[in-house]
Amino acid sequence: MASIWRYLLAGLGLAALLVGVLAVVYLTAPQSAQPVGPDVSRAKSTDNGLFLASFEPERGVVRQGELESWLLTLKTKAGGPVEGAAIAISGGMPQHNHGLPTSPQATDYLGEGRYRIEGVKFTMSGWWQFHFAISATAGSDTVLFNVVL
Amino acid sequence: MKRLLCFLALTVAAILAGCGKPDFSDAQKKTIASLALNTLPSLKPDTTNRFADLPAAAALGSTLFFDLGMSRDGKVSCSTCHKIDRQFQDDLPQAVGVGRTNRRTMPLAGVARDPWFFWDGRRDSLWSQALTPLENPLEQAGNRTAYAHYIKARFGERYERIFGPLPDFSGIPPNASPLGTDAEKAAWNAMSAAQQDGINRVFANIGKAIAAFERSIEPTQTRFDRFALDLATGAEPKDDAAFSREEILGLKLFIGKANCVTCHNGPRFTDNGFHNTGVPPVPDLPLDRGRVDAVAQVQADPFNCFGAYRDGDVGACGELRFMVKDAPELVRAYKTPSLRGVAGRPPYMHAGQFSSLDEVVAHYARAAPSVEGTSEIHPLQLSDRERSALVAFLKTLSE
Repeated sequence: MASIWRYLLAGLGLAALLVGVLAVVYLTAPQSAQPVGPDVSRAKSTDNGLFLASFEPERGVVRQGELESWLLTLKTKAGGPVEGAAIAISGGMPQHNHGLPTSPQATDYLGEGRYRIEGVKFTMSGWWQFHFAISATAGSDTVLFNVVL
Repeated sequence: MKRLLCFLALTVAAILAGCGKPDFSDAQKKTIASLALNTLPSLKPDTTNRFADLPAAAALGSTLFFDLGMSRDGKVSCSTCHKIDRQFQDDLPQAVGVGRTNRRTMPLAGVARDPWFFWDGRRDSLWSQALTPLENPLEQAGNRTAYAHYIKARFGERYERIFGPLPDFSGIPPNASPLGTDAEKAAWNAMSAAQQDGINRVFANIGKAIAAFERSIEPTQTRFDRFALDLATGAEPKDDAAFSREEILGLKLFIGKANCVTCHNGPRFTDNGFHNTGVPPVPDLPLDRGRVDAVAQVQADPFNCFGAYRDGDVGACGELRFMVKDAPELVRAYKTPSLRGVAGRPPYMHAGQFSSLDEVVAHYARAAPSVEGTSEIHPLQLSDRERSALVAFLKTLSE
């Protein structure tokens, strides 16, 4: 009779050892590697280096699901404001095969190279892209901003 | 010996029980908290409808919502399809009013928070939405002057106390509408511009009263919300707020591998957007291209936010002003529905294509291409156990 108990105990001991080994393996496994995200800088040189552009939410914070105003600020390389620019906006979510859920537009010039971009809306978290085609007396250039929510 | 065995058995039981306890990463906890009902902001005022929060307007709207007199044949009201004891929907694949329509009735909980109305967003306010079925020949099938005459005869005093004087009805034909039969259109065109405007104003106010009533229809707390609240506060979930292992797996899939939360996000489980997800058309129904055909309809609607019947400032019209008018992804794109209460209202999708949540999950896992346009969803490997878990989680979004 005692031998049955012994076997049982041995079995339980082995099971415990197995659980222990699995725990060590599981707990020390490397976390799934985070892919390197896109460049999310809010200020950058335009693609052909014609302007310095920055793109920021007008109220400082980004809120999902609401129409927001952002500011696109355009400066020349010398640091002067770019005035009278025509701005076309497109974009979307590269990982979701769709464009922007709204059609943002430059609605106002606020001086000092700042343009109000109205109608920006983020309907989901993830990687968003805003592409600006800028045309001014100094010439035409493009710039892409990534926004990750 | 016996004691040692007892101790071992208890230890094993404790370890196993520990496995069932939900362990969520901080990111998962944040996502779960963002879905809970307590994060739903209070309802914003609707400045395009200055009667939106007036109790007398809501009371009249409630009367009109259930009034069978608000139809051509006296047999159909808003509540015929939006049934009060059925989450304000009708359990049918396609709504049936005076005739059979081509779309599934949408439930109304939280509807006042939508930026767009109908499955394709062909209306841009709750009050302009409420007007559309009134004149649709397959729904309430009435006409504009008939509704105005009816309001004057039946609710004249109530109406005038809320909205001010009714227009002069002398010379107003009994049946006339810009959208009706040829005879009704001819009668409408024979009216003066001032007469048409007077009737349009009464008609718009009908919609504003119904919208005022509908603003009171809000989502209610569910098992999921109680679970999420306990998770956020670190409290031990009690009674029905405790999730089974299957429900926890379903929740993790919903916010993880299955990507449901991409579109079904926020406390209403919707991004309020339009997406082509490859839902197949119903064979016998007329061609339905979704959002792409709704753009022109909402632009042409005289009761839209840019129209003469909006109250308040044009600044409230941002959704219409910045609407996407022309993009390939609008083809067969339909609104992301809220998932609150979803288990209690089959069939699913914009024309009731799927009879169960299992079929819905199978559709999203398979991700068949769209008959027209491009589906945004990608195929997904889900085991039978994972599919059942997703459905089990969806059931926690009902009481």
